[in-house]
Amino acid sequence: MIGVIKRVGLYAASMPNDILWTFGKAAGQDPMEVSFLLNGETVLVSQPATRTLLDWLREDRSLTGTKEGCNEGDCGACTVVVQDGTSVRALNACILFLPQLDGKAVRTVEGIGKDGLHAVQQALVDQHGSQCGFCTPGFVASMVAGHAQGRTDHDTVLAGNLCRCTGYAPIIRAARSAEGAALPEWLKQDAEWVAAQQPTGPAPKTSDDLAALYLANPDATLVAGATDVGLWVTKQLRDLDQVFFLNQCDDLKTIEVTDTAIRIGAGVSMTDVRALMAEHHPSYAEMIRRYGSEQVRNAATIGGNIANGSPIGDNPPALIALGTMLHLRKGDTRRDLPIEDFFIDYGKQDRADGEFVEAVTIPKSAPDLRCYKLSKRFDQDISAVCGCFNITVTDGTVTAARIAFGGMAGTPKLAIATMSTLIGQPWIEATLDAACDALATDYSPMSDMRASATYRLEAAKGMLRRYFAQSYGLPTNVLEVEV
Amino acid sequence: MTVRQPLPHDSGPLHVTGSARYIDDIPTPRDCLHIAFGQSPVACGTITSLDLTAVKSARGVVAVLTADDLPFSNDVSPSIHDEPLLAVGQVHYVGQPIFMVVADSHLNARKAARMAKIEIAEEKPILSVEDAMVAGSFFEGGPRTWTKGDAKTAIESAPRRLTGQFDMGGQEHFYLEGQAALSLPQDNGDMVVHSSTQHPTEIQHKVADALGVPMHAVRVECRRMGGGFGGKESQGNALAVATAVAARLTGRACKMRYDRDDDMVITGKRHDFRIGYEVGFDDKGRIKGIAFTQITRGGWAQDLTGPVADRAMLHSDNAYLLPHATITSYRLKTNMQSATAFRGFGGPQGVLGIERVMDHIAHDLDMDPVEVRRLNYYAPAKGAEAKAIGTGKPFGAEFSPETHRPEPNTTPYGMEVKDFLLHSMTERLLETSDYKNRKAQIAAWNANSPILKRGIAFSPVKFGISFTLTHLNQAGALVHVYQDGSIMLNHGGTEMGQGLFQKIAQVAAARFGVSTETVKITATDTAKVPNTSATAASSGSDLNGMAVLAACDAIRTRMAEFLGQGASVTFADGMVTWAGQSITFAEAAMRCYQARVGLSATGFYKTPDLSWDREAGKGRPFFYFAHGASVTEVVIDTLTGENRILRADVLHDVGASLNPALDKGQIEGGYVQGAGWLTTEELVWDDHGRLRTHAPSTYKIPACSDRPSVFNVDLVDGENPEATIYRSKAVGEPPFMLGISAFLALSDAIAACGDLYPDLDAPATPERILMAVKRVQA
Repeated sequence: MIGVIKRVGLYAASMPNDILWTFGKAAGQDPMEVSFLLNGETVLVSQPATRTLLDWLREDRSLTGTKEGCNEGDCGACTVVVQDGTSVRALNACILFLPQLDGKAVRTVEGIGKDGLHAVQQALVDQHGSQCGFCTPGFVASMVAGHAQGRTDHDTVLAGNLCRCTGYAPIIRAARSAEGAALPEWLKQDAEWVAAQQPTGPAPKTSDDLAALYLANPDATLVAGATDVGLWVTKQLRDLDQVFFLNQCDDLKTIEVTDTAIRIGAGVSMTDVRALMAEHHPSYAEMIRRYGSEQVRNAATIGGNIANGSPIGDNPPALIALGTMLHLRKGDTRRDLPIEDFFIDYGKQDRADGEFVEAVTIPKSAPDLRCYKLSKRFDQDISAVCGCFNITVTDGTVTAARIAFGGMAGTPKLAIATMSTLIGQPWIEATLDAACDALATDYSPMSDMRASATYRLEAAKGMLRRYFAQSYGLPTNVLEVEV
Repeated sequence: MTVRQPLPHDSGPLHVTGSARYIDDIPTPRDCLHIAFGQSPVACGTITSLDLTAVKSARGVVAVLTADDLPFSNDVSPSIHDEPLLAVGQVHYVGQPIFMVVADSHLNARKAARMAKIEIAEEKPILSVEDAMVAGSFFEGGPRTWTKGDAKTAIESAPRRLTGQFDMGGQEHFYLEGQAALSLPQDNGDMVVHSSTQHPTEIQHKVADALGVPMHAVRVECRRMGGGFGGKESQGNALAVATAVAARLTGRACKMRYDRDDDMVITGKRHDFRIGYEVGFDDKGRIKGIAFTQITRGGWAQDLTGPVADRAMLHSDNAYLLPHATITSYRLKTNMQSATAFRGFGGPQGVLGIERVMDHIAHDLDMDPVEVRRLNYYAPAKGAEAKAIGTGKPFGAEFSPETHRPEPNTTPYGMEVKDFLLHSMTERLLETSDYKNRKAQIAAWNANSPILKRGIAFSPVKFGISFTLTHLNQAGALVHVYQDGSIMLNHGGTEMGQGLFQKIAQVAAARFGVSTETVKITATDTAKVPNTSATAASSGSDLNGMAVLAACDAIRTRMAEFLGQGASVTFADGMVTWAGQSITFAEAAMRCYQARVGLSATGFYKTPDLSWDREAGKGRPFFYFAHGASVTEVVIDTLTGENRILRADVLHDVGASLNPALDKGQIEGGYVQGAGWLTTEELVWDDHGRLRTHAPSTYKIPACSDRPSVFNVDLVDGENPEATIYRSKAVGEPPFMLGISAFLALSDAIAACGDLYPDLDAPATPERILMAVKRVQA
């Protein structure tokens, strides 16, 4: 989701508009026609734009193998395998709207084993990887996608699949034993089908299309990955009046790397951002590894994570610490601003009606950047605090510092006082103590179900001390401790 | 023989292809209706106005029912009839069902349920332990106290004393399949109910009462649940009754499943506890006397709080001989979800209480906590351990109990402990886990690591097996042998993933000497086996296995009598053999059929030798004890409280395993679930009594990477000295408590940061760990 729009009571269809009809629009309840491949069979569906794949599979197609566990993308029981022409990915069907699938190939658990059990299915049986079995189809889908990608980082591949019975050990044994097994035939067949498709659905195909459409319909809801908007529908039970899907705006998904900077289109998925950062900003990439889950990162976009303005989104603190320029567009008018200025207040961003996030530009090099994500559960949890530090020390003196936190204020926010306490000072314990004190003037965090205000502030100080200790080579990462 | 084989779960191939059917997957008639509850937005008050106009006119709505519209009983309580299906006048917690919407789709029902205008005269809810204690808001009329000897004098005269108090949180079951039920109206007013339930008979009973019909008019079926963990012992009643009432009213099939958030807001969870202790001990660490105060919040209705709190008391000794003990238990009535059964059923809370005391004593005496534990263990029964543990080392003299122990080897409730295995199990586990060396290495590592600290801990579990409500310890079975030699198996147990059906099929196959493929596993069905107990208290295979054995043997005896005509007959390897003759089992079945031998039988079993006086807290509530032990190593970050479990080693006693693969699955899963309870799983209510952690986005069960990355699980190679099914032991609940070692290891790592005792509350979230680090550093 790239723009977050206020809802208005007017029904979109009562506002006839040429552009609207040219590029197509979808009122949440009006049928929208899309075509995709389901378990090897071409389907043409006409469904309300916000009908989820999961509901449609279970209720209309009687494909009940795919389960509803949470209906919000946190448990993975609904995971399906989707090919889009560039990759094979696991996605949560419960917060995936049917129009997002236009021109893609979907495999549910029924389709995965249609011509004989997939290696991961057989391995799960052999390794006693299922007990109650309700999470199993979702695990199968995630494992099939991971297997197709040649992955061996199973904890990461499966972080978005919850199992309450097995304790995961036999599932991981199964994943390991299926490594290297032959790929299923259908994978290639599905890919061939996708390659032959021309998207025909009503969604905008370029950012120019989108800009014109959105300018004319500024009250519409933009949907990219639907990892947030999906919950408006499944949990808040909202009827969205007008929805524009961005998944076919390919030019929003571009990445340009120059000698000094990287420009990332708003529609780039977090999976692709993670791969990009692994090369250029590894600490950021490691933080993204813990952002959502495989399924969520496959759907979510960097633009959506910025535009929704959440105080606990994990990209903004990293982007602020990096010194990111945000590119906004309204019609044919573009403007740039430092990303920290975009976040005005809780629920309020510097974005005009009809304006959307088009891209961000980050520096290519920031060797001092460290990103720390703190949450109740290590993987696949929303941060209690996310702290990102980019501190340059030259000859023992701090010469530059950008520090930003999520979860510490109503917006992702720069630690201005802390930064000025550091800059120009020697990089020593005493400076650090002063900087920790300054954090309390930068932030007055709140208490909620994730953490108390006191803890948030203490943990933020702890992160600063961790950064300091790390700069002196002390072990600080629990993940690096082995028995 | 099919028992003892590590065969896969019978539904494994169905699970991995998505073809295993759960309630919401059952094909329904085209006009099936769907139900959702309208819920109370406040924790306590009187309904002054309920305007359902908008609900009734919402899209797809067929009917809207309040308590006044229920034809007969408005009660879904499993115990004392204090839990109406739909609120009557008063509301008692946020989420309490007030009305039900019957609509043409699940989504339309959910949408309509939010459209009511409800006015409630709010009253101040009772939420905290303090609130309830001050208000005297107790179930069962006040505290229950059990005593052994004279704890007060023993504590006062002991050389050393410690007092302490700590809190442990509850736990959401988070069965992956939410609660669900489907009712199909039959002719003559009968009802068939498909329910995701651990207790079909109770569903039958509650539905019959709600419909005003005898139990024979209601048939309840459950093929499998997508997880239960105790959460489907009583919490499915509401959905089954709602669908049955609506099905009766409309004449159409009615289905209900909770959306995950609704499930978490409406249904009960594990009881949280506050445990206070005063303990007197000697300079070696031996306990002389102890007084426990156990306080639990039971929520708004009694549900199973009484027996849960009893079991916490019954496990306040865990593995330790307490010469003098007083255990006082307060069961608080609060304006929250009604806390309910959850794997361990109070046992884990009681166990954690005494394990905390052991750690505290060890810290006080600067001893290795393992040594304090071993010193206080129950005495081993003579000969029993050596026989039970083939590979265990003899119990070391250094830790032998005193030769002439003055105290009898009895629990605080007066049951003699005759089958105590933990001495040799401890010895073996400490060796295989290399505990001593690692503990030394960790201390050395910590000395050079200012920010990261490691910790290691051992914890044992001794868990009592049997329902403490004695009459529940019974089971029935129904077995048919068809003329082609295929066998239909049915019993009162339910399958929630634990592999019960597979184990029992292995028993049936073993009795007839055939393969498990010959045995058809069928759904639990109240029309096949009546008056069943919940599949709970880890009793599933103990009770139902024996009942099935009885049924199989009845048929087998008839077959043998006819075929052998006096000669001895064996059933093995698919063949029936007597007096030099050998025919296939199928041929034997055909011959018996043609000779008019009855090939169908019921079986019945009741656990022997139980006697229990709940009021006095005296007797033999348990048939036997199951044991386990674990060693866990962790690392914490002292700057943020983040942590990882690095390694866990487990040795567990399942007697002679019916299926080692399934048993290991229970142990691994139990450990992780237990560790989750005490680490990441935190339930948070706000000051208005609203549960703030009502979805997996905010309530965090362990994910894949939270399991120990090194995870060694071994089974004790032994036999149950009691005559259980093939000398096996129950395995459902006991391993849950193995996760306690993870909590203790975190405490150990915190203790490495300073001199004070960490005094850690559970769950040990990063926040609690950081705050404890700061305390011990201060």
